[in-house]
Amino acid sequence: MSLLKVSGSPHIHGNQSVNTIMKYVCLALLPSVLVAIYCFGFGAIKVLAISIASSVFFEWAITKYLLKRPSTIGDYSAVVTGLLLGLNLPSSLPWYIVVIGALVAIGIAKMVFGGLGNNIFNPALVGRVFLLISFPVQMTMWPKPLVSAKHWFFNGFHGLDSAAVDALTGPTPLGQLSEGGVNAIQNNYLDYFMGLMGGSIGEISAIAILIGGIFLLWRKVITWHIPVSFILSAFIFAGILWLVDPTKYADPLFHILTGGMMLGAVFMATDMVTSPMTKGGMIIFGIGCGILTILIRTFGAYPEGVSFAILIMNAFVPLINRGFKPTRFGKEVKHV
Amino acid sequence: MKTFTLGGVHPEGNKLSRGAAIEKFPSPQIAYISLSQHLGVPAKPVVAKDDKVKVGDLIAVGEAFISANIHSSVSGVVDKIDDYIDTSGYKVPTIFIKVEGDEWNESIDRSQDIVRDIKLSSKEIIDKIKEMGVVGLGGATFPTHVKFMLPPGKKAEYLIINAVECEPYLTSDHRILLEKPDEVLIGTEILRRALNVDKAYIGIENNKQDAIALLTEKAADYEHIEVVALKVKYPQGAEKQLIKAITGREVPSGKLPIDVGCVVNNSGSTFAVYEAVQKNKPLFERVVTVTGKTVGKPSNYLVRIGTSCSQLIASVDVDLSQIGKIISGGPMMGKTLVSTDVPVTKGTSGILLMHTGESSRSLIHNCIRCAKCVQACPMGLEPYLLSAASKNEMWDKAEKAHIMDCIECGCCQFTCPSYRPLLDYLRVGKRKVGQIIRNRAK
Repeated sequence: MSLLKVSGSPHIHGNQSVNTIMKYVCLALLPSVLVAIYCFGFGAIKVLAISIASSVFFEWAITKYLLKRPSTIGDYSAVVTGLLLGLNLPSSLPWYIVVIGALVAIGIAKMVFGGLGNNIFNPALVGRVFLLISFPVQMTMWPKPLVSAKHWFFNGFHGLDSAAVDALTGPTPLGQLSEGGVNAIQNNYLDYFMGLMGGSIGEISAIAILIGGIFLLWRKVITWHIPVSFILSAFIFAGILWLVDPTKYADPLFHILTGGMMLGAVFMATDMVTSPMTKGGMIIFGIGCGILTILIRTFGAYPEGVSFAILIMNAFVPLINRGFKPTRFGKEVKHV
Repeated sequence: MKTFTLGGVHPEGNKLSRGAAIEKFPSPQIAYISLSQHLGVPAKPVVAKDDKVKVGDLIAVGEAFISANIHSSVSGVVDKIDDYIDTSGYKVPTIFIKVEGDEWNESIDRSQDIVRDIKLSSKEIIDKIKEMGVVGLGGATFPTHVKFMLPPGKKAEYLIINAVECEPYLTSDHRILLEKPDEVLIGTEILRRALNVDKAYIGIENNKQDAIALLTEKAADYEHIEVVALKVKYPQGAEKQLIKAITGREVPSGKLPIDVGCVVNNSGSTFAVYEAVQKNKPLFERVVTVTGKTVGKPSNYLVRIGTSCSQLIASVDVDLSQIGKIISGGPMMGKTLVSTDVPVTKGTSGILLMHTGESSRSLIHNCIRCAKCVQACPMGLEPYLLSAASKNEMWDKAEKAHIMDCIECGCCQFTCPSYRPLLDYLRVGKRKVGQIIRNRAK
């Protein structure tokens, strides 16, 4: 017999590793990716591929040359960050802007804090918001679904005249709301639900995101608390505003089906690293995200508020973790 | 179906030996009988070198309040009393007995008859249990008689027999339920009378449906005994979780089961109580599961205390060159053996042989704050926080976060996707914080 190993218990493991969790997230995003490719064609593939490749490259390069630590790309978290970043960008974005976004997401939002697990803010959202502020024009050119898919090598509109650009792009539903008020929007709920609207690559199809979300719930990667409280609170808050003045505010169904609401609630806000540890905390976090989103959409300067709302709530997570403790066994005597 | 509410995990059952009937394991050549095989103060030897002993003779006496008598499991001659390594990995005082024949103490009733009539009074029962050296056979080895001597002012309402056996692999309690159902029920009735309560529950997890059916049928003859089927979830066999599952009561932090009117006793120990009280048989043998994924013949043996584990391992058809870790007990809470030469003690519920492929821990990653440990903790603690506090030696923070409530069930570490050694840190923290609390009390 070889030497016996000695260790403390437990001696078995549930076999769900960081690695498998990340793979499950990638799998859960597959429906959204497929819808995106159908709607946006090669542009979507290009942005996603560049985003994932550069995210992984930056993580590898930073660990190897700056931190001089063993590489952490094997945990697939950089792939997930890259994929989520890509899904939060318009499919027409030039390649170098995507690379900059990946550098900010991995370099500044993640590795500066010490890598996976130590970051305060969701890396993909930091990357997206950085690009939104730095490249406002490119980041708000929204290719039209299906139309743009026919246009191969759709790269930042180089060499296209303005008429061609107009034919290929259009506002998002939230853009219409922000520009023209309630009268400017259409109530094409089925289109919004299926994914036939302008927007970031991965946010357009509510049904594809929900399929992924159900998969994650089934694999116990996420719990229902954040997505449900996020969407429900946004729905209720938007509903209250709508009831107050339906000629001024959009209806709640419009709000939850458009923009990044679904993607944000299911995939971005549920990021384990940057969300609270207890169920009560998760619900507060979700409610904060939902209300802030509607506040920004309705009263803020930007038509879309999901990214900002989640990042703001990320900053509150340490506080939420202090305030919301799990129910302790035997805290009080209960006689049945 | 009943279960506890907070946390818990679902490890694979791997009850490989569930179909293996209990086999009598032959007496060893030399029995190594540890003087410290129960929780509490070690027993004091009452034999000396060259003394002749019979099976069942008292060889060491538990004098302290929390201690237990120890009886010879073999007949033969005391060779020496010396230190010998045990399952804890430490050397403890041990009586070495050279085996000659198999001569039993005459007072033991060796017939196969089931003795149903309970003649003794409550106090006599407890005295008998104490005399026969019965301890908790689930693994913690707390002396059984101490549990049934209630502190003044406390009153018991329920007796709970723990037949949950929630640890993966182990089947010794399951086999006892199947093969000795009448004895377990009589033992339950004895303990119920000793405790003077109206209600006794026998909690069995639903993965032992044959045992549930058998015991439920037989329990129909006992007015005060009820068999409760429980939903499978680890750690349901933990005392506090079992009480919660069956009665809905929560033992308050830092208190004992009796504070909510409950006394819990393991089903194997209940069988031992039957043998002690009805057959006058001391606790000198127990059922041990010997199992593992690469074991050819997973078995349940009735083993004399003091038998070397190496003999058990040699009899189950296993390629030892493929074995990387050997565990005394189950894989969730059991202790790793440092050598196969350690003897079986009253607390040895199983020997689990893990092959080299499953015996190493995986590489540790950063905590990704997934909160799985928080969701898994059956005590409602925050293991990620406690292990970090412990690692950074922030003992006051650990104490405030209730580290002493930890029952060391291992759910947190089992579920951690970053393979962090959470329970290792928690154990260190509990030890340190415990010391600090004791020093403060002085």
